[in-house]
Amino acid sequence: MSTVEQASADRGNDKRPWRWHIAVFLTPALLVYTAVMILPLIETLRLSLFNVKDGQSVFVGFDNFAVLFGDPRWAASFWNALKNNFIFFIIHMVVQNPIGVALAALLSVPKLRFGAFYRTALFLPTLLSFVIVGFIWKLILSPIWGVSPFLLDLVGLKSIFSPWLGKPGSALIAVSLISVWQYVGIPMMLIYAAMLNIPDEVLEAAECDGVTGWSQFWKIKLPLILPSIGIISILTFVGNFNAFDLVYTVQGALAGPDGATDILGTLLYRTFFGFQLQIGDKSMGATIATVMFLIILSGVCLYLFAIQRRMRRYQF
Amino acid sequence: MGSKTLKSLLMATSILATAGFAHAADTELTIESWRTDDLAIWQEKLIPAFEAKNPGIKVKFAPTPPTEYDAALGARFDAGSAGDIITCRPFDKSLEQFKRGNLASLTDLPGMKNFSDVAKAAWTTDDGKDAFCVPMASVIHGFIYNKDAFDKLGIAVPTTEAEFFAALDKIKADGTYIPMAMGTKDLWEAATMGYQNIGPTYWKGEEGRAKLIKGEEKLTDAPWVEPYKVLLKWKDYLGDGFEAQTYPDSQNLFTLGRAAIYPAGSWEIGLFNTQAQFKMGAFPPPVKNAGDACYISDHNDIGAGLNAKSKHPEEAKKFLDWVASPEFADIYANALPGFFSLNSTPVKMQDPLAQEFVSWREKCKPTIRSTYQILSRGTPNLENETWVESANVINGTDTPEVAAKKLQDGLDSWYKPAK
Repeated sequence: MSTVEQASADRGNDKRPWRWHIAVFLTPALLVYTAVMILPLIETLRLSLFNVKDGQSVFVGFDNFAVLFGDPRWAASFWNALKNNFIFFIIHMVVQNPIGVALAALLSVPKLRFGAFYRTALFLPTLLSFVIVGFIWKLILSPIWGVSPFLLDLVGLKSIFSPWLGKPGSALIAVSLISVWQYVGIPMMLIYAAMLNIPDEVLEAAECDGVTGWSQFWKIKLPLILPSIGIISILTFVGNFNAFDLVYTVQGALAGPDGATDILGTLLYRTFFGFQLQIGDKSMGATIATVMFLIILSGVCLYLFAIQRRMRRYQF
Repeated sequence: MGSKTLKSLLMATSILATAGFAHAADTELTIESWRTDDLAIWQEKLIPAFEAKNPGIKVKFAPTPPTEYDAALGARFDAGSAGDIITCRPFDKSLEQFKRGNLASLTDLPGMKNFSDVAKAAWTTDDGKDAFCVPMASVIHGFIYNKDAFDKLGIAVPTTEAEFFAALDKIKADGTYIPMAMGTKDLWEAATMGYQNIGPTYWKGEEGRAKLIKGEEKLTDAPWVEPYKVLLKWKDYLGDGFEAQTYPDSQNLFTLGRAAIYPAGSWEIGLFNTQAQFKMGAFPPPVKNAGDACYISDHNDIGAGLNAKSKHPEEAKKFLDWVASPEFADIYANALPGFFSLNSTPVKMQDPLAQEFVSWREKCKPTIRSTYQILSRGTPNLENETWVESANVINGTDTPEVAAKKLQDGLDSWYKPAK
């Protein structure tokens, strides 16, 4: 405390030497970050305001956005992708995160045996490449060679099996659940860490007051891990609206059947890079990328200003 | 950075290549290609055959992997280091290179008279005036069947639509085999092996395709909707869970002998010959009524063009003329069964299955896939939409009429046929 006051007092009187080391330490990171993040982002935003006319790149203002939202075909594929993306996100929120919390709660039970094994096993899919995950699940769910019809048959439930990945009604849910399976380890680990941070005194005090078992979880632990759940929600949101890889490996670039699994990432990919005979359209691609950026930005802002500020934090 | 490295590498190779020239008295021609698989065929069969007849010209086959070919070739054109002979992708990709002046016109090449207009369609300007690549190979659509299964069940090879469905019914009733190996998961199977395979029979091949391009026919007209109605009937004969069956699944179902009929492209022949343990036969898309003219999809896939900035245009033209000759056609088509020469002189194929496919050219009228020329230049892309809608029809998501309407609406949104 006293050194801070001292420093601020000094500033008025005599000239301090230029603190060049700050700049030196910041520059490398700043340069790298600018080169690989900020410049491409600005370039994308700029590209979305240009289009090619007669072989020349010309400034068109918001025309690309007008096409994206005004043209019935572009608008239809965009809203379809956005709707699918929201479903994708909601399935993660209601399945992945509660399961992650539940697993973390189970793992933090002190009497649990083989805890380290479960933790590793549950986290392992997150470390796998999405190519492998997509391939494995395509095989598991395959109606021809898959193990799932066989297993269902063993318990006499063959009738509930259907080629989920190929039906417009179930494909998106199936792909979302594959993604949940892969990434459930992340909320689990974050919540687990948050739960380990809860001091024993608090829990002991709760026990003295007769708060045990489930009510202890709801009344003591859950409020204490809420900030972590908030962080997980926002990570899920950003991750899901940037998702592309799993849908691409499982359903292909056209995100079939009938565009049922088309999310913003796959729509962007097809538009920007083209597909088969379709030639890539860099301007419209950049336009979709910009809209994705704005969606994620507004989601994150909403969280930061509307939710995180009101969250109560507890200091021990 | 990547492109710079690439460019400098390319520069280095071109300098090395030039250094090679200085030493040898012979002229050296370089062939650009994406067919890395064909390296051995070129080096062992095609190039020696050409060099033996043309002393003083040396040919080098320099392929680039298929996924990198288009970008790498573009960079080499820009840097002026592209090879003398360019292997041409069909339709718009090569047309664009011609328009940029990278490919020379070959309209006057003597060998070009060995090819029909359909064969040249993939490498001709929209007005039909300039041809810029020698057609090398095409793929033909049809059906490959399990001969053992047909013999066991006493099924004759179907020639009409009614016989075709009668055969499918018989296979289904017997239950040993899945009647037809096709899935809709990858979408393109339904479009390419389904719609483009049987479609020409209904829209009368080139005739219908030309009318579609001119705007005289629409995709909602009966000849274009009918193939979808037939495809819808296929649904009952596909394997369990065909909605999630992928292309490799279909190939394996057939080669493992679990399915009786496989809607095919001739490129499968090479693979199927090595994998299938039973006898195979093939038949062309069945006609509607006995005695009707038959149509096949004989889709241009590979061509060879001349780099407009080649330093040895005369030698290169000599080479291309040889590529247009029946001799080249014979060696090439037999080395790669399933990739058929487009030469008007029929090639005798040694592989019986390939011979069966190519024999249809004599009795049926060939055409190319309806969506490839001109009609897939805009957004939405007709080819991609056809994939989606063909799968939708078989899955029952859309009726044939709805699917056709969606396709036509999409096409109308950007394509205005020249009247």
